[in-house]
Amino acid sequence: MRLARVSGTVVSTFNSPIFDGQRLLLCDYLNPDGELAGGYVIAVDVVSAGPGETVLILDEGTGARQIMGVSGGPIRAMVVGIVEEVAVDRS
Amino acid sequence: MHLGRVIGTVVATEKTPNLEGIKFLIVQPLSRDGEPAGKPVVAADAVAMAGPGEMIYFVGSREAAQAMPETFVPIDHAIVGIVDQLHVEPLPKSKRKAKE
Repeated sequence: MRLARVSGTVVSTFNSPIFDGQRLLLCDYLNPDGELAGGYVIAVDVVSAGPGETVLILDEGTGARQIMGVSGGPIRAMVVGIVEEVAVDRS
Repeated sequence: MHLGRVIGTVVATEKTPNLEGIKFLIVQPLSRDGEPAGKPVVAADAVAMAGPGEMIYFVGSREAAQAMPETFVPIDHAIVGIVDQLHVEPLPKSKRKAKE
């Protein structure tokens, strides 16, 4: 998984059926220290993450389909958690 | 899954049989700000609605094949949606260091 910040939303009416009614969030990847890591992803939100929040991104199809409860479909990236705290061991 | 813009079409009649009937479009990947970023790819149009110039979002690897009606096909990029609206916070100036 990866850490990311919710930076925006993608609104779409014409899309593959699996995305119907789903909330698409544009998330910028973060380093553990909260800095931008470079790169972004559009992920299906299943935890109602809000703008600016730090989130957990899963970017793997089998896991994503498992969460959606489907056996097929073009889904990979999902927002699967809202992060309260990141503690990095600097020793 | 990332943003892209349709910049062209590809016609290939001579191809592996299981690519029959699939419409191919040229997609310019976009950064999170909607700017061109990276090299164009040829993507299957799984939504069959994407026209030239439109902003879309596309998926890669196995999930691209999963977007097609027949999922056991040799497809590695597929357009899975057309962007109606994109609302995104601009990156803070000071933190804009890593290249998207």
